[in-house]
Amino acid sequence: MSEPSIGPQVGAPPATDIQGNARGRGWIKELGFEAIALATVCAALLMLGVLLVDIVLDGWPRLGMDFLKSLPSRKAEQAGIWPAFVGSLYLMVITACVSFPLGVAAAIYLEEYAPRGWLSRFIELNISNLAGVPSIVYGLLGLAVFVRAFQLERSLIAGGLTLSLLVLPVVIMSSREALRAVPPYVRDASLALGATKWQTVRRQVLPLSLPGIMTGTILALSRAIGETAPIVMIGAFGYISTVPTGLKSPFTALPIQIYNWVSRPHRAADTGITFQTNAAAGILVLLAMLLTLNAVAIWLRNRAQRRLK
Amino acid sequence: MDQPIEKRRAGRTLRGVFEWLIERGLQVCALLSVATTIGIILALLLQSVPFFREVSVKDFLTDREWTPLFAQKHFGILPLVAGTMLVTAIAMAVALPAGLMIAVYLSEFARPRIRRMVKPVLEVLAGVPTVVYGYFALSFVTPALQTFIPGLKGFNALGAGLVMGVMVLPLVASLSEDALYAVPQRLREASYALGSTRLQMVFRTLIPAALSGIAASFILGVSRAVGETMIVAIAAGSQPTLSLDPRVPIQTMTGYIVQISMGDTPHGTLEYHTIFAVGLTLFIMTFTLNWVSMALRNRYERAYR
Repeated sequence: MSEPSIGPQVGAPPATDIQGNARGRGWIKELGFEAIALATVCAALLMLGVLLVDIVLDGWPRLGMDFLKSLPSRKAEQAGIWPAFVGSLYLMVITACVSFPLGVAAAIYLEEYAPRGWLSRFIELNISNLAGVPSIVYGLLGLAVFVRAFQLERSLIAGGLTLSLLVLPVVIMSSREALRAVPPYVRDASLALGATKWQTVRRQVLPLSLPGIMTGTILALSRAIGETAPIVMIGAFGYISTVPTGLKSPFTALPIQIYNWVSRPHRAADTGITFQTNAAAGILVLLAMLLTLNAVAIWLRNRAQRRLK
Repeated sequence: MDQPIEKRRAGRTLRGVFEWLIERGLQVCALLSVATTIGIILALLLQSVPFFREVSVKDFLTDREWTPLFAQKHFGILPLVAGTMLVTAIAMAVALPAGLMIAVYLSEFARPRIRRMVKPVLEVLAGVPTVVYGYFALSFVTPALQTFIPGLKGFNALGAGLVMGVMVLPLVASLSEDALYAVPQRLREASYALGSTRLQMVFRTLIPAALSGIAASFILGVSRAVGETMIVAIAAGSQPTLSLDPRVPIQTMTGYIVQISMGDTPHGTLEYHTIFAVGLTLFIMTFTLNWVSMALRNRYERAYR
């Protein structure tokens, strides 16, 4: 690549080399640039394709009801992901139940109630800062606060609360966007008819923005179930062979199980099934869950767009 | 006197009290984010105090060895920081040029149909869980690189860094595109009016004008790479070595935290507190990067409003 460097030319007089290039070599250069850019785009596309093909090739033969319904095992060919799958589902439900009401309430306050002042600016700054905190730091927070200080131990609820804090900024930001999309005249009309502020929010603004809020929350959830680092720190990395029975029971989750399998040494068994194969199959299950969530989110968005028209 | 009616009525009627309660309740939820930030800072500080009581800050920052699990214990964070920097540098060497290229292409060259095709691909790349990227780095990228790079170990910084670059790419591309989009049309037109070709316009007008926004996206990408955990935990190894050789196993700060928290380290031991000291360092680094990025972004948003 031999693009002209940016710095020195900025102040240079433009007249000298422009006329010559405009029709002549400039045309070829432009074509060259487009070709390189298109190649970059294709490389990104190719990367995604190779990633998916690699995982499908590794994991597909292992997928099946057996794999889905079996408990983890020391033998790769007998191991399954049932506890991890159930654990991830529970985590998702807890995270949704905690982060949805809290996030939407915070968004309503910031969009509808908060006076423009230092407090709301401070809160906003805080939220965007929290969105940039590495997920593993949330793991440390969960470990120190939920696992130790609140004595929840390495339980499902500790994991769910940690994930809730992690996705809360995302839920708040997307909910605010959905609330902002409700035209102001809806509020004015409701207030003019004598409704109080809360009545206006609850009966007019919220119903109109709900599809948008749901879409954002579902996307946040799909991020939560793929998160590994904080859950590895809270959850049990070792051998969990039981399906969680309550909020306080120890748990494992899909990303933990995948990580566990990936980090076992490669050694092919007689059957050719290794823990790597299991990891790839586990990834396929995780990706299928993500795909389902995203499909629901897109379906909701499309339905809402049609209704607004 | 100028307060709206609803406020004046508040407190007098039952409804007013109810409205007031609702508003306070919502406010508490919004303040939860502040509590989370305070919680993070307090947890990291308080839990690393026992560590810094045994190990001086000077040793922590200057000792050149990190061997908390050996008999001969050393607690110098430099090897972990070096590992983090190495992987981040490799990742950004991929993500910055490619991300900027894609951003320029999408905002100035691409036809709408191609835009509509490329955007979702970037979104999918951004949505792939990092544990999946880690698997990809370990089981595909590293073996592929080993075929033509002699001496590349099974765990190495190179494979992890390259895959991390792919992970950070969508972030850099979409934020840079936003920055290019924010440049007013009149600057493009002025550049064309002076006789620039499209490329000259891009490299001499557009990119310099959007530079602070592009820098913001780059710095946010660095912050994301520094805090990224699973790719390095899976594919980069777990040997804290003060080395810039991308072919050998290294350990990053995040990789160390995961390694310790996995292996049931008893609560209250020095090893347990090391992860909070490392976490504190990580938090300070990413916080600073995020803050610089935000300041830069505010600058371009102000400039072109």
